[in-house]
Amino acid sequence: MKFGITVFPGSNCDADCYYVLKDVMKYEVEYIWHRDTDLKGCDVIILPGGFSYGDYLRTGAIARFSPVMSRVVDFAREGGLIIGICNGFQILLEAGLLPGAMLRNRSLRFVCTGVHLRVKRNDTPFSGFFAQNEIISLPVAHGEGNYFCDPVTLAEMDRAGQILFTYCGPGGEEGPEYNPNGSLAHIAGITNKEGNVLGLMPHPERAAEDLLGGRDGYKLFASIGDYFSRSGKGEA
Amino acid sequence: MAHISFIEMGLTQEEFERINMLLGREPNEIELGMFAVMWSEHCSYKNSRPLLSIFPTRGPRVIQGPGENAGIIDIGDGQALVFKIESHNHPSAIEPYQGAATGVGGIVRDIFTMGARPVALLNSLRFGELDQPRVRELFSGVVAGISGYGNCIGIPNVGGEVFFHPSYRDNPLVNAMCVGLVAVDDIAYAVAGEPGSLLMLVGSKTGRDGIHGATFASEELSEQSRDKRPAVQVGDPFMEKLLIEACLQLIQEDLVVGMQDLGAAGLTGSVAEAASKECRGAVIDVLQVPRREKDMTPYEVMLSESQERMLIIPREGQEDRIRAIFERWGLDAAVIGRVTGDGKFRVVAGEQELARIPVRALTEECPVYVRDEKEGDYFAAACGYNFAQLSSPDLNQALRGLLASPNIASKKWVYSQYDHQVMTNTVIPPGGGEAALLRIKGTNKGMALTIDGNSRLVYLDPYRGGLAAVCEAARNIACVGAKPLAFTNCLNFGNPEKLDIYWQLKQAITGMAEAAAYLETPVVSGNVSLYNESAAGAVLPTPTVGMVGIIADVSKGVTRSFKQRGDLIILLGGFRDELGGSEYIKTYHGLETGAVPPVNLEAEKGLIELLQEGAGKGLFQSCTDISLGGLAIVLAKSAIISGMGFDLSLPDLEKPMEALLFSEAPGRVVVSLNPANRKQVEQAAQKYGIFMDVLGYTGGEKMVFRNLNREIIMALKVEEASQIWEEALACLMI
Repeated sequence: MKFGITVFPGSNCDADCYYVLKDVMKYEVEYIWHRDTDLKGCDVIILPGGFSYGDYLRTGAIARFSPVMSRVVDFAREGGLIIGICNGFQILLEAGLLPGAMLRNRSLRFVCTGVHLRVKRNDTPFSGFFAQNEIISLPVAHGEGNYFCDPVTLAEMDRAGQILFTYCGPGGEEGPEYNPNGSLAHIAGITNKEGNVLGLMPHPERAAEDLLGGRDGYKLFASIGDYFSRSGKGEA
Repeated sequence: MAHISFIEMGLTQEEFERINMLLGREPNEIELGMFAVMWSEHCSYKNSRPLLSIFPTRGPRVIQGPGENAGIIDIGDGQALVFKIESHNHPSAIEPYQGAATGVGGIVRDIFTMGARPVALLNSLRFGELDQPRVRELFSGVVAGISGYGNCIGIPNVGGEVFFHPSYRDNPLVNAMCVGLVAVDDIAYAVAGEPGSLLMLVGSKTGRDGIHGATFASEELSEQSRDKRPAVQVGDPFMEKLLIEACLQLIQEDLVVGMQDLGAAGLTGSVAEAASKECRGAVIDVLQVPRREKDMTPYEVMLSESQERMLIIPREGQEDRIRAIFERWGLDAAVIGRVTGDGKFRVVAGEQELARIPVRALTEECPVYVRDEKEGDYFAAACGYNFAQLSSPDLNQALRGLLASPNIASKKWVYSQYDHQVMTNTVIPPGGGEAALLRIKGTNKGMALTIDGNSRLVYLDPYRGGLAAVCEAARNIACVGAKPLAFTNCLNFGNPEKLDIYWQLKQAITGMAEAAAYLETPVVSGNVSLYNESAAGAVLPTPTVGMVGIIADVSKGVTRSFKQRGDLIILLGGFRDELGGSEYIKTYHGLETGAVPPVNLEAEKGLIELLQEGAGKGLFQSCTDISLGGLAIVLAKSAIISGMGFDLSLPDLEKPMEALLFSEAPGRVVVSLNPANRKQVEQAAQKYGIFMDVLGYTGGEKMVFRNLNREIIMALKVEEASQIWEEALACLMI
């Protein structure tokens, strides 16, 4: 199986994802330039964090018009696995691949810190290596991570099991003090209805090595590798 | 007309006459403007150059000392670190967000101009007191500017310091440092190459922003300064990110002879710098410079300090490949002139010649001033201050007061706004250790980075304060287990034409140079920011020292937090009782005075070696340097971070307890260790001639300080201390 990492002008976590997948986890990885219209046979597409197009106008608003995005949208419709991390999540929202929108953090300040998350499901391609309701820790770093959607959408997402990660305390307790950005229902990560597109604000690529203080991000990527090897996909 | 405006441009009568002499005629307006920016203190160092010459700048690891865009040191394995610190004080005083943001942008360009990938940012900030709305506005604006720019370009902001003092009320200090990593073979220099080489300008289009920024930075701030807002540049971090990627690709493919960023003095400065190196000349056609505003005059084009622009000197025949790379990143490159062999800087508009100046008149012929000096009036009184006249404190109250002091309180409010993890190298993040520690991918090594400079000490005794600043930085590097290698510095002082300010500058540099020489940590780059004065007077003399070090095995880095109950707590370097210039006498007694505790360089060096050896052998669980707040505060911080208390006893030294607890005398650290390692630490301490005192043990929910009779003299619950320390700064900013 092969990971593809999109590179927009202003992406800045592309190299970090590449390093983890290639050098730490030994997966096959390719960069996909924003002007490309070919996904190079990749099985999983990662939209990395950063400030695509400077996040001018609105986070992710310009990147969604990059040539590569029309291929990414097709790939999603075909059932391909996509992960949008931080700015990548924002782009997925702008592209309509995930419901809802991002607001500025409630504090109106950028926030870079460690957070705890509850893994609400472990039967997705992205979370098989976690236990159901496991509390994990990952770092966040963003100025606009305050997820918002209308009440109907929220209820639908909840019913369909689309809310994959929520912010919580170290013991799993919920409260505003554990929510770094004020997001609705403490949402940190969601999938689409079909379950093949994941968007999350925390950075799994920053928590994939013990030296940097954590391996929960490693487990997220490893879950995908495991999903592929079990499903026999991507072997050809 | 020209002779009317030279004073407005910041030149003196003598300087104007010297320009006439160098040209053999009166300069026209463009020429005069070019001289004015190039001869400003900011660009020429005309007041500080003779003093700076005493810094030791050589060493076996130094590849490039001062004089280039940044200094470079060899770290082995064919790699080098490129680093520099720079101030953006005056712009930040007027427009805090853009002033600070463009400060970051400028220092980052200095690093990638040399072919290095920028891998870390640090900053050193000074503000007035937070009870004033304007100060809070400046503080939050500066932090937001650094955050907005640094986060966007994807370079982790891993460390720094913030200090509050009334003298900075109208003149905050914003010093930004950048560190880059480069393969030794890829280092690029700002040279012009052969006559005939093209000069390409790439990046943002040229606008009217920042005209005479360098001149503005070389004056005292006044009521009228806010009117100089047009002299503050506006940053575009997205453009900077594109430039980083594109320019590093040019270096990788070996397509350029030279590269130079456009910083202070804009096009004038960068062309003059590049051309003067090999006695070349240059001709610039202002009509070819892409502009963002209509009807700009040649004068404005030559002096604009619009940000995010680079001057590229292509290798012959590589222009097309260079254009293709820029096009890939969505950047336009324009050929605006060429290198000549005549040593003249010529500005033309098509066929019409607008200026003609010998290049070296701009860069080398600037007058150099050795000023008169006079010891500060306050100095003798401070040295002779008798602390015995002070009442003895309520120790618990003193401890709480210190924890709540904005100078000591947690800076999480600041560093949580900076992305300190991007690039996935940050092993010890801000707040985690005495220095930041970053791994170097592909090796086992790590780089340790810190910025330090206690300006209160420098004010009270500039010589000892200068010594202390360098020693503290080196000690902080050693606390995480790394070897201090070299440093960059920013000298933020008042108006050097004033006798006591020049004395401060000279004394501080003398102290810094002495410590640098003794510790074998040469100065490889730096920046001088003078005229930091407002109606309220000069700022505290503030040299900031940005030190880098290397640890062979990054996994052996030592942090601040206690690790295990029952570990021994040990003081290395002995008890001291000097309180001069301490945060304690400021917060408790409202005084800023006293003799600054002397530095013992020999002991300092021994301690630095001891710390490296101990870390290398894995002897220490935690290591913290005694600085602001003294022994008590250092211990409290370790306890707060780890959520683990301690119980310790102080000896009876017939000294006031508050002196032992709160003295900030240098050359001392506190380590915690597994009791099984005690013997080994004792032996090592003996080997390096360092005093060692066993204070007590970690554990429990309280921080307990006892006297020799085991009576509690000061105690506080960790939870309570944590609340005070964690929330103090954030509460002031609500």
